[in-house]
Amino acid sequence: MQASIMATDPTIAILSGKGGTGKTLLSVNLSSVAAMATYIDCDVEEPNGNLFFKPSREFEKLVTVKKPVVDETLCDGCHKCVDFCAFNALALIGKRLMIFDEICHSCGGCIYVCPQKALSESERPIGEMSIGHSGSVRCISGTMNIGESSGVPIIEALLKHKDGNLTIIDAPPGSSCLVTESIRLADFCILVAEPTIFGSHNLAMVHQLVTLLGKKHAVVLNKTLEGVNPSEEYCKKNNIPILGNIPFDKRLGKMNSEGRIAAREDAHYHKLFSAILEKALKEVSDETAADPQR
Amino acid sequence: MKQLLILSGKGGTGKTTIASAFIKLAQAKAYADCDVDAPNLHLVMHPFPQEKASDYHGLDKAVINAEACTNCGICLDACRFHAIEKHETSHTVDPIACEGCTLCAYLCPQQAITMEKAKAGELKLFSNGDEHFSTATLLMGSGTTGMLVTKVKEQLKQVSDATEFAIIDGSPGIGCPVIASLTGVDLALIVAEPSVSGISDMKRIIETSAKLGVTIAVCVNKSDTNDELSSRIETFCWKEGIFFAGRIPFDPMAVRAVNEGKSVIEYSCDSGTAVRQVYDKTLQMLKETIRR
Repeated sequence: MQASIMATDPTIAILSGKGGTGKTLLSVNLSSVAAMATYIDCDVEEPNGNLFFKPSREFEKLVTVKKPVVDETLCDGCHKCVDFCAFNALALIGKRLMIFDEICHSCGGCIYVCPQKALSESERPIGEMSIGHSGSVRCISGTMNIGESSGVPIIEALLKHKDGNLTIIDAPPGSSCLVTESIRLADFCILVAEPTIFGSHNLAMVHQLVTLLGKKHAVVLNKTLEGVNPSEEYCKKNNIPILGNIPFDKRLGKMNSEGRIAAREDAHYHKLFSAILEKALKEVSDETAADPQR
Repeated sequence: MKQLLILSGKGGTGKTTIASAFIKLAQAKAYADCDVDAPNLHLVMHPFPQEKASDYHGLDKAVINAEACTNCGICLDACRFHAIEKHETSHTVDPIACEGCTLCAYLCPQQAITMEKAKAGELKLFSNGDEHFSTATLLMGSGTTGMLVTKVKEQLKQVSDATEFAIIDGSPGIGCPVIASLTGVDLALIVAEPSVSGISDMKRIIETSAKLGVTIAVCVNKSDTNDELSSRIETFCWKEGIFFAGRIPFDPMAVRAVNEGKSVIEYSCDSGTAVRQVYDKTLQMLKETIRR
């Protein structure tokens, strides 16, 4: 398998458990200091990366999922599909089959079980995705439609457009299925943590997740202040490498709140984020050297 | 039981900090943490004498009996969740990817696949006399987050239905856990942040709430980190006819309070005073909503 031996640049996922710790700040700035990078915004419920990059729009498409459609002339109301559906997305009202699209997981089971062949599948849009450029960064972003329940199919669609460049994945908050899907292709995970007990508690949760999934990882401490940092203590106790420290800075907060990319405007921050990226890449290559299977 | 839900769209805007302050100001007897995949409210609530824990099971997950499996691959082809893996002599199921649709079990010609109970999280109910706090933790990487949120709320309702009102801490985003937490709520207070990200996320959660017919109020946290954008949020609310509950300035004391397991209102500080004002306005709004 020639292709798997060919060197591709690593994929680094940025995640945090707790929201608002600086995932997008770090993702956007790390992408910006790289010579060339692909940025993928997997927080499809609340995507923010493009507010910073303001990229060109070179490619756009709707993301759809399969949904069952009933041919009422064939359905005899036998109930088999309703009984089968584990998600309760189908119901019979009298003899009429009702399909609740937002609850459907698109497993395709009802199509198989229908003895009358009355069910078929059509595509239903649940969001959209776009690809564009901002300087040396290729930006891939997706947006889930309001009222939809799961963004997983959109994240899947985004990840299909990953290329061989260094890829930075901006993950959604939490530790649920959305995060698992977002970091599926990651070679390395950076956990961003705040200096509070909320921050360290959620850091522990995502640390558990990346450990469970066997992902190599390290931490970046954000918004650090004088005094105790429960997240830093957690890292020391659990031997997690710390790639860097972004001290709380009103000026950085202001730039970030206005959708400006600090690393592109400010020499100090260019240096700070470059150092974090360099350390992360070193950790990744150490991993590759240690594991020749990859 | 009337329900006040604290939401934000964007994460880290201060939902839990505000929820915990409201709980103390109201001397609330019923409250819940619906952020099941990153719960934090229990870290700032005092220890409770009684604690009841119960396992939460999501949908059953497929398990393949290796002895019976003939490696025919029908399950692998049919599974839309990429949960089936092929090995030399049999197939296996990745329990994290499996969503429990049961299609593989239905199709397997050898009946080698069974659906088995899988723990997806843990529900907790803390009690102190007539005071109850319902919360839960989702197991790493699990789905069915919305179902667990619904259970957290049901559990609270069972013990506190006679209580006048409940305060519920929500989760970030607009997807299934948020939709589940919004169901049946009387008022949602959205904690916004004065940043371009914060505004974009706030608008999406406002639309989501509107789609579900839930009345909302908005407050701005860390307002002085960008006064101009705070004013833009306030103006947006006036224009859209959304109740604006006030501004809370950034305060390093809030970080200290959290780390001491306390609430900002227990200190005399700027943010504490501002949170009290937001609380008074929100409660007034809740009363008006109920009257209507």
